[in-house]
Amino acid sequence: MSVIEAEVAPRQREGEEAEAVVNDFSIVVATANGTGSQTSNLTLLRALFKMGIPVNGKNIFPSNIQGLPTWYHIRVSHEGFVARRDSAEVLVAFNEETVDEDIAALPSGGVCIYSDDWRNVSLRDDVINYAVPVNQFLRQAGVRGKLRSYMANMVYVGALAQLLDISLQHIEEALSFHFNQRQKLVDQNMEIVRLAHEWTAENIAKRDPYRVEPLDLTADKILITGNEAAALGAVFGGVTLTAWYPITPSTSLVDALTDMLPRLRRDPETGQATYSIIQAEDELAAAGMVVGGGWAGARAMTATSGPGISLMAEFIGLAYFAEIPSVFWDIQRVGPSTGLPTRTSQGDVLFAYFLGHGDTRNVLLLPATVAECFEFGYKAFDLADQIQTPVLVLSDLDLGMNTWMTDQFTYPEEPLKRGKVLSEEEVEEQGFARYLDLDGDGIPYRTVPGNEHPKAAWFARGTGHNEYAVYSEKPEDWKQNMARLNRKFDTARQLVPAPVLDEMDGAEVGIIAYGSTLAAVEEARQRLADEGVATDFLRIRALPINDEVRDFVEQHQRVYVVELNRDGQLFQILQLDLPDLATDLISLAHLDGMPLTARWVTETLMEKEQSL
Amino acid sequence: MSSRAAERTNAIGLTYTDYKGRPSTLCKGCGHDSISSQIISVAYELNIKPHEIIKLSGIGCSSKSPAYFLGRSHGFNALHGRMPSVGTGALMANRHLNAIGVSGDGDTASIGMGQFKHLMRRNVRMVYIVENNGVYGLTKGQFSATADEGQELKYAGVNEFPPEDLCLEALIAGCGFVARSFSGDPKQVRELLKAALSHRGTALLDIISPCVTFNNRDSSTKSYGWGKEHEEPLHELEYVPVDYVPVQDEILIDEQEAGEVTPVELHDGAVIQLRKLEDDYDPTDRLGAMHRLEWARQHDEFITGLIYFDDSRPALDEVSDLVETPLAQLDGKQLRPSAEALEEMMSTFL
Repeated sequence: MSVIEAEVAPRQREGEEAEAVVNDFSIVVATANGTGSQTSNLTLLRALFKMGIPVNGKNIFPSNIQGLPTWYHIRVSHEGFVARRDSAEVLVAFNEETVDEDIAALPSGGVCIYSDDWRNVSLRDDVINYAVPVNQFLRQAGVRGKLRSYMANMVYVGALAQLLDISLQHIEEALSFHFNQRQKLVDQNMEIVRLAHEWTAENIAKRDPYRVEPLDLTADKILITGNEAAALGAVFGGVTLTAWYPITPSTSLVDALTDMLPRLRRDPETGQATYSIIQAEDELAAAGMVVGGGWAGARAMTATSGPGISLMAEFIGLAYFAEIPSVFWDIQRVGPSTGLPTRTSQGDVLFAYFLGHGDTRNVLLLPATVAECFEFGYKAFDLADQIQTPVLVLSDLDLGMNTWMTDQFTYPEEPLKRGKVLSEEEVEEQGFARYLDLDGDGIPYRTVPGNEHPKAAWFARGTGHNEYAVYSEKPEDWKQNMARLNRKFDTARQLVPAPVLDEMDGAEVGIIAYGSTLAAVEEARQRLADEGVATDFLRIRALPINDEVRDFVEQHQRVYVVELNRDGQLFQILQLDLPDLATDLISLAHLDGMPLTARWVTETLMEKEQSL
Repeated sequence: MSSRAAERTNAIGLTYTDYKGRPSTLCKGCGHDSISSQIISVAYELNIKPHEIIKLSGIGCSSKSPAYFLGRSHGFNALHGRMPSVGTGALMANRHLNAIGVSGDGDTASIGMGQFKHLMRRNVRMVYIVENNGVYGLTKGQFSATADEGQELKYAGVNEFPPEDLCLEALIAGCGFVARSFSGDPKQVRELLKAALSHRGTALLDIISPCVTFNNRDSSTKSYGWGKEHEEPLHELEYVPVDYVPVQDEILIDEQEAGEVTPVELHDGAVIQLRKLEDDYDPTDRLGAMHRLEWARQHDEFITGLIYFDDSRPALDEVSDLVETPLAQLDGKQLRPSAEALEEMMSTFL
């Protein structure tokens, strides 16, 4: 059963006058990719944001350069909800190829804005249809040739602005932002926007209830993608080496580094770079450069996605065993090989956690927001240096490539943490044995190449070694070393970002989630509370887990583990780590390539509750 | 340390022993051990500071050898065929380091071919030694991709495929220092090593280094017998360091034959003197070098020496316009921009 009202527009409710729906609906723009529609979509998003209205933009795009269908979803929510919704009330049908299915997906009472130039559009009589003469505006504005498809997309910006009350001033500001204050481009685009705006005002009688009103809920906030935030975090974390190979959806992270590093990380006197970015020949080499850099004392990172992580597996396993600080961002997508490269998932958790052969467990960071992408951008380096191990940061396409509003990032309080690296003087004072556990925390001391002390050198290797990094096949050496690596992993439990707890009065049910499902879970918790189901929420931000997770599961009768994959991957890890509590955990896992919706979380959880 | 006092020291006060590694576990008579010895000698002779060297290797017999020389230098025994990427990362982290990479024909000519060529394409400043014996030793006797066509081995049968020529591959990849040598010709190996360490970018030393256990029949082009019989040096080599002080006879230039000597200046100001043995061979002619290698292949010749030299192309760290201080040694102030810089970045996302 569905506990949520079908997302039917108010207009459809019989016998009622349509009440205005203000600042609480979704727009979907259907276009073909490669036509410049992103400019129009981001302009709309930013204009709404500049009006003070909470927004979120999600691009549902194909793995293609030009000509295939793409959909951009904009959610406006005065409550600040930013999760994906199943359907949008306002459709901009600007792709003739998909227009019929796009119209079919509208809820009753929804709005369809389409091009008047098309014939044979299957219009529905239970939605409100507005035809806009796109070609007429383009002729009027004298737009020719290649620019036509770009400018056609400005037509819907103007029409929507008029229909929904988006201020033209904010549209212009957003365009100015987009075109980096290049006034000529702004003017060119604004001309079409104004033509469409005026025409709509004169020729379309508004019959739908949807509109926006200015609010003041976005003051001092920014709009940013997770990948840009991660790159910024890395810049402020002192990244010195980025080695990578292009793969969607991680590429925009390195693109952002390539943009930001030259601006922020050149020597003020010489103008020379305090960083290096290398586009490697493949992910095998990218991982090798990261590990080589980490060994030699760099803050080295890469960004990739599932298939790249597969190729990096051997190096990550080596880095675990040779204990080399290194940072690997995995912007998760769906499936092996090409899979669904432009769709999102949390499908690499199990793989990444155990990545490597011969008893490995890795430190995973699980950012849920763009702010955490920034924070983990620098913390990943600190943790890698402190623990001397690969740190994998598992973001995903939804978080990484979509545009999220957030408070401005706060400057890192603590200085860079470089871990137990010995200088020449320290080697002289305390001696040096690379894999000796002097402090009892499993974390040994290391030196980096270039250290002049005659006793500083050590030989990094994947082969069996003793505490002095000397080759050894002795059973006792292997056993001891692996036991120490386990101690080190236990130390990591206290060093990684702790979970975040949010409680409700009288909650018996617990929810555990991580990463980008946060938006859906937060909204679902409110819906559930409205239905009388109070929930406590523990958001896991890293693996390995610590006792807070155990306590949380112990304190609740049932704990639902919500995630965006088929197999309940974190659920399985929690069952392994908490075997005595395994039956208190219930997996709520779902994957179809799209970001999770609050509706799915709410309904599925309620179904489980009712079947108890 | 009285025994130490008795040992001779070089100009920076280190003994020959200071450059040694752990005892080799390779087979007695292995060509690789001879190359390790030359590395030790060269480092001693050139007064190399051990902390300025990093040793890198992949997987295989050859790749074990960095444990057997320069024990006071950091080393990384990495993954099969992927030593070049580890070296690239390390050298970007610290551009003041000099890298000696040791690989084999199994490690380079198969899984490692991509990284081998991309290292050269980027011109990473590394001496890349291939200890080439045409056979997989650690897994006991399979053909490598440099094995002779038609060759027969006990378990592997007959090799049906033509060998890859790593010098030719290096030339095509844009390498500016391409040399071939023979572990049975230690003097040549030594002089080439010295010159390679002075090179601006990647220097390839493809050294035929016989496997005494699996591929040392005289009919094999990777055997001692064949090498000794067929080696045709293109020239005799003498390395003259920048601050040359004649202390050892063996690197004195034979002045009587100075007229036949072509000095080639290396990037750090050192010189390698090439005394012609073969008329008309010009190691700065890339097309000529390719032609000569192909001729040698067609005529079963084992040419050795500096096959190609060109140091006009800057190394990766040069084109990257890095600060002088190694990236790994920058402090927090240099690595983390200011709070104002973050504020300014935030304003671009408003």
